[in-house]
Amino acid sequence: MSSAPLRLLIVDDEGPARARLKNLLADIAVDLPNVVAGEAADGVEALEFLSDESIPQVDVMLVDIRMPRLDGIGLVQHLAGRKSSPAVIFTTAYDQYAVRAFDLNAIDYLLKPVRAPRLLAALNKLRGLPRGLPDAAALRSLAPEGRAHLHSSERGRILLVPLAEIMYLRAELKYVTARTREREFLIEESLTHLEEEFTGRFVRVHRNCLVARAAIVGVERETAADGETHWLVVLRDLAEKLPVSRRQWPQIKSLLKQE
Amino acid sequence: MTSIRQNSGPFGGPSLPDFRNLGVWLRILLGTNALAALAALAGNRQLAEFPGELALLAAAVEPPLIATLLLLHLLQGQLARLSYRARVTLVVAAAMLSTALTQTFGISLHEATGAREGLWRALWWTALVVALLLLYFDLRARLQSPALTEARLMALTARIRPHFLFNALNAVLGVIRSDPRRAEAALEELSDLFRVLMRENRELVPLSEEIAVARQYLDLERLRLGERLQVKWEVESCPPDALMPPLMLQPLLENAVYHGIEPSDQPAEIAVAFTRRGEQLLIEITNPVDSGAQPHSGNQMALANIRERLMLFYDLEAQLDTELLAGPGNSRYRVRIALPYRQGGKP
Repeated sequence: MSSAPLRLLIVDDEGPARARLKNLLADIAVDLPNVVAGEAADGVEALEFLSDESIPQVDVMLVDIRMPRLDGIGLVQHLAGRKSSPAVIFTTAYDQYAVRAFDLNAIDYLLKPVRAPRLLAALNKLRGLPRGLPDAAALRSLAPEGRAHLHSSERGRILLVPLAEIMYLRAELKYVTARTREREFLIEESLTHLEEEFTGRFVRVHRNCLVARAAIVGVERETAADGETHWLVVLRDLAEKLPVSRRQWPQIKSLLKQE
Repeated sequence: MTSIRQNSGPFGGPSLPDFRNLGVWLRILLGTNALAALAALAGNRQLAEFPGELALLAAAVEPPLIATLLLLHLLQGQLARLSYRARVTLVVAAAMLSTALTQTFGISLHEATGAREGLWRALWWTALVVALLLLYFDLRARLQSPALTEARLMALTARIRPHFLFNALNAVLGVIRSDPRRAEAALEELSDLFRVLMRENRELVPLSEEIAVARQYLDLERLRLGERLQVKWEVESCPPDALMPPLMLQPLLENAVYHGIEPSDQPAEIAVAFTRRGEQLLIEITNPVDSGAQPHSGNQMALANIRERLMLFYDLEAQLDTELLAGPGNSRYRVRIALPYRQGGKP
């Protein structure tokens, strides 16, 4: 990595702000060889860029905090579940609350208008370190309410799936499927990671399935052909019923009793 | 001196209130009736008679009171040109005249109190009440002296929002190499805008001036937001020389940009409308909102600031209200301000 130029992705919704960063990166290229691999106007475009397997990985993203559709913090939350991700440096014009949270968590950020020496120092600091994102605790303190969407990649486009609309998540071979009232979405995150992130919202009913607590209306008993009986979760507005594993049954039973 | 609502004398001497102001009316009505209640209470031997007595007294006091207020409302234009002494004389005369007329042709204080010397007694009470009220208004004006009010106004308007400033400067830096002329124009606009922000904003300004400042601000925002920022103006039905407080539009538009345009990746529209309805000037600003968005503390601060300035300029005669207009997929946030209509060039 010491010889290859640093590959960067610029994420900002304002054209002039992106132009400014490109100018500065060109100015510091003498001291720190770098190349702007791409630009994105918001978090969703950045996810699309990073999901495109034909593009070689980028090393660092410069990410504006306030953006439409999916903001800077949201983008990082979405990347947290991935196996690998570029390092992130946030940029912001002025947001004293966010900046305080960054300081507390030792997350690097640049204040706009960004100045060349400051940008160079921030990039140099990253070079010796393993690539990575802020850890889960830091993300929680930046955005205590957590993310509001999962994302699904379809034909090169990223779709945001509102968390509130997801009735269940089911692991199938390589992917996780998220079921909303209308349809299914493929999610590239592990069920374990999702379960940890959203403990309050979903409950595990089976080794391969998490159900939204709010979507459960009751349970039904079913007797299989071999005479064994087991329980099924009945969902609001959905005809499909989900089997409860023997192991999870006591937890589901106590959950239903509470309500 | 159309700036501060109390018309103080030119040398800061004793002052009379503006009798066209709703807040002044309210205070006079309440003050007089409170004095009447006190009088009833004092003249009463038995507490049980108090309510009946008060009702009679009120019936006697209200007609001359309202007649006086109407008379003063009509005379306000003339009053402003007179010396303090002449004005006080005129006010007392107006009150005396209304009392005499209503006493002669309507319910008299004589019947109410059972006293013999009805008319003279009524006039004596009138003079006393007028003197007390004028004393009160003078005292109030001194407490809220123009110097203090102006200092408060200055403090309220001189706030510059860092979010806007740094974003604007960043945008200028972003285009300075590719489009130096655009950068030049933007810096000129920025300096014009700051000149307005930093001057002494304590006098009402014509609508046309406020709109020019607002357009300049929006031009700067367009540099960084591009096509996403759409603005619809409706100003034709309003006279351009109507007066309004300075720098009221710009902070409201800044809110609209922050909440309506910045969170949108598609072109979004802010609508600004000015209408004159009789003696009122209505200002309405709407912007799209994400229905799930939380109210922002910066927004609340800007609105509180504007409310306070409206109070300083117009007392109770101006209103500001906000409303969330919910629609399927396109909710809008609306700020509406109603001001008393005043024309430029006249006091």
